Amino acid sequence: MVADIKAMTAEMARDPDSLVFLQLGEALRVLGNLDAAVKVAMAGCERHSDHADAHDLLARVFVDAGNFDAAHEEWERALQLEERHVGAHKGMGFLLYRLDELDSALDHLETALATDPTDESVVQALRTVRAAAEPSEADITAARASGEIRADVFAGFDGAEEGILLVDGQGRVLGGGVRNASGEDVAAEVAAYLAGAAQEAERAARLLELGVWRAIAVEAPDGHLHVSQPRQGTFLLIKRDRAVPPGRVALLAQRAAAAARTWLQAEER
Amino acid sequence: MTSRIGRALDGVTRVRGLQGAMLVSLDDGLVVADALMEGVRGNAMAALAASLANRLSLASASSGIGAPQFLHLQADHGVLLAVPGPEVTLLVCVGGADVNVGLARLEMLRAVEKMG
Repeated sequence: MVADIKAMTAEMARDPDSLVFLQLGEALRVLGNLDAAVKVAMAGCERHSDHADAHDLLARVFVDAGNFDAAHEEWERALQLEERHVGAHKGMGFLLYRLDELDSALDHLETALATDPTDESVVQALRTVRAAAEPSEADITAARASGEIRADVFAGFDGAEEGILLVDGQGRVLGGGVRNASGEDVAAEVAAYLAGAAQEAERAARLLELGVWRAIAVEAPDGHLHVSQPRQGTFLLIKRDRAVPPGRVALLAQRAAAAARTWLQAEER
Repeated sequence: MTSRIGRALDGVTRVRGLQGAMLVSLDDGLVVADALMEGVRGNAMAALAASLANRLSLASASSGIGAPQFLHLQADHGVLLAVPGPEVTLLVCVGGADVNVGLARLEMLRAVEKMG
């Protein structure tokens, strides 16, 4: 590898316009020499600004360096130059998966796979993202066995009508339900308060420079609440009694969020 | 700030990863007492935490589980934690994403007990 790098560096010195910078930058990235990889990739992008592979290389180096925003910009540029660039779609899929934007991640990965059906890494990535985006097989099987599959966003989830609520940004109920201790339907009231609280969470996280908010957990005398955003501007509430540990509530919220995303996507079609 | 409250806040900030603790008035979101690392925006933190807690209290009460005893806002780069304090106050902490939330919660509840 080191000999290869020397040879490629010599080639670059002989011909600064050579595309060998793509292999050189990648080799340096793989070796973990990120400073040198960034220099090579940036120089390559300057000389070959209309070459999608150059921006793809720079994006991968940025990811290794933990600079995800810059990587996002480079992959966007690569896709502007080459709409079906496999590396850029894979990269965008990875970045969006990290942000829990699973539907958008799936879009990119499916485009990558359609462009190159032989790319095993895309197949593996798709498998991972699809698994995260769907309710577990066990839930679906259990729901089918008990004949409980309904045209409902949380069909098959325990407590779907009294402790799982999907709300839009204007505080309107989209699906699920919440009942209070007396069994009264309080979904509309909770939805209205929830949207206000979620907007306040967004504001607090932004102004205190905490980044994007992911969840709010509330512990109260008679139960737990867990609030999350299955996608931007849509809020999911899970309500459970105190006997359910908060960690389990968080896991349930992840599965319900995946179901909500699937349902929202289907509703938009 | 009474020394009792100050000591209680200092105790909370010993939890690794927490960048500060403060006692906030729930009515107006003003700082009652604080123990913050340099750079933490105390006034903003107080106002935002009080507003968030008040809104979550409405959602919590209307869903039938009662008033919140512990709040945990989890974000990419950090957390905001809150427990009800003495009288109409809120004990608020801010920390990094890697803070041990369970330990912080215990220390916050202990601190409120000490504040009496």
